[in-house]
Amino acid sequence: MIKNLEQLEKYSKECTSCLEAKLKGEDGKRHVVVCGDTGCLASHSGEIIEKFEKVIAEKKLGDKVTVNRVACFGYCSQGPFVKIYPEETTYRAVKVEDVDEIVESDLIGGKIVERLLYVDEKTGKKVVKQDDIPYYEKQVHIALHGCGSLNPEKIEEAFGEGAFKGLARALTMDRQAVIDEILKSGLRGRGGGGFPTGKKWQFAYAQPEGAKYVVCNGDEGDPGAFMDRAILEANALKVIEGMMIAGYAIGAQNGYFYIRAEYPVAVARLKLAIKQAEELGLLGDNILGTNFSFRCHIRLGAGAFVCGEETALLNSIQGQRGMPRPRPPFPAVKGLWDSPTIVNNVETLACVPYILREGYEKFAANGTERSKGTKVFALGGKVNNVGLVEIPMGTTLRELIFDIGGGVPNGKKFKAIQTGGPSGGCLTEADLDAEIDFDNLVARGSMMGSGGAIVMDEDNCMVDVAKFYMEFICDESCGKCSPCRIGTKRMLETLTKITEGKATMEDLDKLEELAAHIKANSLCALGQTAPNPILSTLKAFKNEYIAHIVDKKCPAHVCKALMQYVIDKEKCAGCGLCEKQCPVSAISKTDYVAPGRKLPARVIDPAKCVKCGLCMASCKFQAISKK
Amino acid sequence: MARLSEAAVKQIKEICDRYQDENTPLMMILSDIQNEYGYIPLEVQEVVSEKTGIPVAEIYGVVTFYSFFSLKPKGKYVIGCCLGTACYVKGAQLIVDKFSELLGIKPGETTEDGLFTLDALRCIGACSIAPAVSINGRVFPKMTPDSVVKIVEDYRAGVYA
Repeated sequence: MIKNLEQLEKYSKECTSCLEAKLKGEDGKRHVVVCGDTGCLASHSGEIIEKFEKVIAEKKLGDKVTVNRVACFGYCSQGPFVKIYPEETTYRAVKVEDVDEIVESDLIGGKIVERLLYVDEKTGKKVVKQDDIPYYEKQVHIALHGCGSLNPEKIEEAFGEGAFKGLARALTMDRQAVIDEILKSGLRGRGGGGFPTGKKWQFAYAQPEGAKYVVCNGDEGDPGAFMDRAILEANALKVIEGMMIAGYAIGAQNGYFYIRAEYPVAVARLKLAIKQAEELGLLGDNILGTNFSFRCHIRLGAGAFVCGEETALLNSIQGQRGMPRPRPPFPAVKGLWDSPTIVNNVETLACVPYILREGYEKFAANGTERSKGTKVFALGGKVNNVGLVEIPMGTTLRELIFDIGGGVPNGKKFKAIQTGGPSGGCLTEADLDAEIDFDNLVARGSMMGSGGAIVMDEDNCMVDVAKFYMEFICDESCGKCSPCRIGTKRMLETLTKITEGKATMEDLDKLEELAAHIKANSLCALGQTAPNPILSTLKAFKNEYIAHIVDKKCPAHVCKALMQYVIDKEKCAGCGLCEKQCPVSAISKTDYVAPGRKLPARVIDPAKCVKCGLCMASCKFQAISKK
Repeated sequence: MARLSEAAVKQIKEICDRYQDENTPLMMILSDIQNEYGYIPLEVQEVVSEKTGIPVAEIYGVVTFYSFFSLKPKGKYVIGCCLGTACYVKGAQLIVDKFSELLGIKPGETTEDGLFTLDALRCIGACSIAPAVSINGRVFPKMTPDSVVKIVEDYRAGVYA
């Protein structure tokens, strides 16, 4: 049990020297850490860990080597990662069959397995340490700190990295001084809106004493974003500490985590961290010998995107349908069970201990004038380096996509980057040099959102993308207010008409008008931002909409009603594979035999074709294309 | 209406009892029932209502609001096709369509033999291996229509049983 600040300091020191000994090899051991996150697990990192354990036991290396499963390294497209301390040798794209060689050559022989190292594309050189890989060079890890190094199930390692030092400092400060520190840091809500965190706390602080609550919004619903899951899986204690600091500042005694049910590992890690903190006496009554008492509770979501909206989330905790209600009153005045409540996102709370521990100046040293600190993005889609990226605010989109993301694969042309999820918008070539911050992205017709960043190339149809988001919103609209419930359905119908080549220019005008109404009249942010995917694509890609409507063509050949598969008879070798693959017998022989070929070319009957694309995927001669 | 077995009623009541000390625990109760009993039909809701004092109408409202709660039993294998943005731009729709075609069911439906349920999911956070499919928690990376065929065959043959 840790009963006061001195005991905490002593415990932290022990943990720090223990962790340093581990990372620097002073304990005489070597430590294998393997990424155990979803992406890497699907690429068999679970089996890799088992194999390491098996081989190490067989070779009787058990007292010299440990195997640790850690959270996301962030560079998912190069996973699974295996890192060996103290040398920090980092192997990428490791397979189960590589384990023997790593053990034999590196762990026993002390010789690096060169072929598994990352190769810098520009210089052609092999990179040994993770930090030297260009993907990580421009990153600054505050929220993601500990991902890919700490063992998330050992609370001592988190203490070794300074856990609870932020809370310890906060507890020696006046409550208002804690809020001032957050205000001065310039921290803004990482979940989407970008509301100043300190201001939110101030509102709740100003309410009369009594039951108050801190709620952590872990209902990460933006498709394509998974930073909150990664943070919780890597270092849940950090988020707990952030919640406790918030609780101390506003005068709350209880905190609720609302986590997506889709994240079982994050929930398990959070439960474990809460239990371990309780056992140490760091959650409960009279924490660290002060009169501050705090308890953490977990509530699970059940698959409703709208519950990311704070009033809907509170209703869900209260056992109701997750529908938003009008604000004011804001939750800071009247929230959970009608008591003052602040709702903060996972990433926001993860930044709080850092600010208190290191001081607001250090946090605010990164960023732009009005957006301080860093932001985590989940970079995905048509980009070479897929994964989690934490960059200082003010980094440009070009740096994000091309320097860190490594550009668009297969020599294709960059078309757009979608940020902010279903509430955000698409940014284009013209926006590439824009500095990323809350206000800049909004000014350009998108938004920061929770940090999803999906890159699209010339093969993506922007009308189809808008339709994809509208389907999502339609599905997820809670149905409470009519602009959102009916309006999004009407917008989807119009978009469907456009992608089927059945719309007129008048439909397009109506779509724009309707979008403006929905934006102005919806009850909550879900409806108010629902038209954004349409408006932003209309702004930058109106010509694509017109091509669908007037020319009845989908320039990217995505919309099935407006495209065809065709066989180039000069390239067709007549092998007949496509004919066999076709599920609807739409392919037949012609009389034509291309020069140099022996068999007759095939042809597709557009009347029968269901446009499944199997023929094109099966053709070994690249003779089939979309038109 | 089908009657619940005594064992089932006991199980549901036991789940309700777990959260006696919690404020407004309905979501937690329903989550546990969904996970442990498999689905939440009206008969089950009646037991919950009796235990908690919450009207069945309200419970029904909550059950039908959230996509995780189901009024009907799900298949032995629940195929979750990720339709998050990262998967979608990499062709996830083709994967859903292929499962649909092979199994003869639409997303949200269960095959008559009770073997498969097809679900379209919104982002499972496996964007680096898009398009991804998760079947009873096992994640399959970088799916193609061809690998769909193989996976269905494998599951039918009991490879992952």
